[in-house]
Amino acid sequence: MKRVYVNEDWCLGCHLCEYNCAFANSGKKDMAIALRDIKIRPNIRVETDGKICFAVSCRHCDEPFCVTNCISGALTKKDGIISIDKEKCVGCYTCVLSCPYGAITPAESGIMQKCELCTQNGGVPMCVNGCPNNAIVFEER
Amino acid sequence: MEYVIVGNSAAAVGAIEGIRQIDREGRITVISSEKHHTYSRPLISYLIQGKTDRQRMKYRQDSFYDDFGCRTVFNKTAVAIDRESKKLFLEDGEAVSYDKLLMASGSSPFIPPMTGLETVSKHFSFMSLDDAEALEKALFPEAKVLIIGAGLIGLKCAEGIAAVTGKITVIDLAPRILSSILDDEGAQIVQAHLEKQGIDFRLGVSVKRFASNKAELTSGENMHFDILVTAVGVRPNVGLIKGAGGEIDKGIVVNERMETTIPDIYAAGDCAVSYDLSSDTRRILALLPNAYSGGYAAGIAMAGGEPPELKSMPMNAIGFFGLHIITAGTYDGEVFETKEGENYKKLFYSNDALRGFIMIGNADKAGIYTAMIREKTPLSSIDFELICGKPSLMAFSRSYRDQKLGGKTHEN
Repeated sequence: MKRVYVNEDWCLGCHLCEYNCAFANSGKKDMAIALRDIKIRPNIRVETDGKICFAVSCRHCDEPFCVTNCISGALTKKDGIISIDKEKCVGCYTCVLSCPYGAITPAESGIMQKCELCTQNGGVPMCVNGCPNNAIVFEER
Repeated sequence: MEYVIVGNSAAAVGAIEGIRQIDREGRITVISSEKHHTYSRPLISYLIQGKTDRQRMKYRQDSFYDDFGCRTVFNKTAVAIDRESKKLFLEDGEAVSYDKLLMASGSSPFIPPMTGLETVSKHFSFMSLDDAEALEKALFPEAKVLIIGAGLIGLKCAEGIAAVTGKITVIDLAPRILSSILDDEGAQIVQAHLEKQGIDFRLGVSVKRFASNKAELTSGENMHFDILVTAVGVRPNVGLIKGAGGEIDKGIVVNERMETTIPDIYAAGDCAVSYDLSSDTRRILALLPNAYSGGYAAGIAMAGGEPPELKSMPMNAIGFFGLHIITAGTYDGEVFETKEGENYKKLFYSNDALRGFIMIGNADKAGIYTAMIREKTPLSSIDFELICGKPSLMAFSRSYRDQKLGGKTHEN
């Protein structure tokens, strides 16, 4: 199963993964139009303290607390990928309470969003595609 | 193998999914006193609010019972167990034989005895889909609604119906709202937020007597209302197991394999007692996530497998009119606290471990704290000062991150 893995030593903290993620999930064709004048809400987020930096996105856990705890049945795991049914989600935050990585966040609407490995966006995670330094990779391990 | 499940909510669904991990062949019969496809109980307030509907609030897909090979017996209540012949009796006299039986019978609203309650014509509980639909039908704009109980259920009900009527009063015997999950300071923040939405509170009082549409409070105040909702608390449904001679201690007593004290009978969810790892006690944890996990473990055990170790504790994510509240664990030990407007955070720690937390407003990455309680992460192994400020993976060791983010092992 291919996953997004982090090479912490190589992360420059450039936040490009966040912008590429927001663009990939915007449904728009032009990045400038998609991201103009908005506060992006990416599904991958860089943590940094000025010296160390690394990107965090859904781990698609083997024991996914977000899925087992979801009160609406909106979060499911199929073929190794955890996805969210935005029609069923009511934005109760039980997944925020449950995720050990802080990888599920609310969209503008209050409904939750998360990394689905760009399965709806061509199948190759755009965060990885746009990373200039291989600090995140999409591979089998 | 004949599996029989009493109940059709989270614990039952967990059990069905657990059984089918191990046994693809055995017959599963699901018996429910309700007539509905499995649905999410906590979503009934969102239903009244219009944030979900009967289709979307189904806890599993329409084809769930077919997909998992289940026979359903709905709208019928199980009334007795004969443990010798291993039969479950339904209200219409039908006997259902079982090899393995799961009690996932949940809990029922507790309505304390109150003088004159029988004179109130429009009185509702707020636990089930039928309750919500009956309440919705009775509601009308400008209806004066009196809710008894400022807990999770009473306040979610208040939020749900606030779109229809602005005349809601909530009373509670406790001096603060949400007394089971919040401290005084947190409760004040949430109460002020709810009051801004027009919800009135009377705390530290109860109803002395009802007379039709009037409630006389212990404070002497008389309140007129059109609709009464009681949401004082819930009681586990233990009757069948008690009747069959199984051990009850507040709820149905089970071991780590979810077995009751009666052979081949299991229990999970609101009706059963759980082990709370955050307080090292056995108690009722009437929470949906706990019901699902307990049911899943029971299903695995019923099918002869080795059930996963349960890591249960109190935990709640709840929001009112855009203000989110996340809490977990036990409020015991030393305290770290921050407050800024409606953003409030309190961490409780002792013996080198996080024991519990309250977050109101900004709840970003709260699950990192939850995981610390669950895994009993030694505080000496992380940057505690940093993580007090905000939950982050930065506070953990490099090797932890390499493992979790870098995939150095396959653990999660």
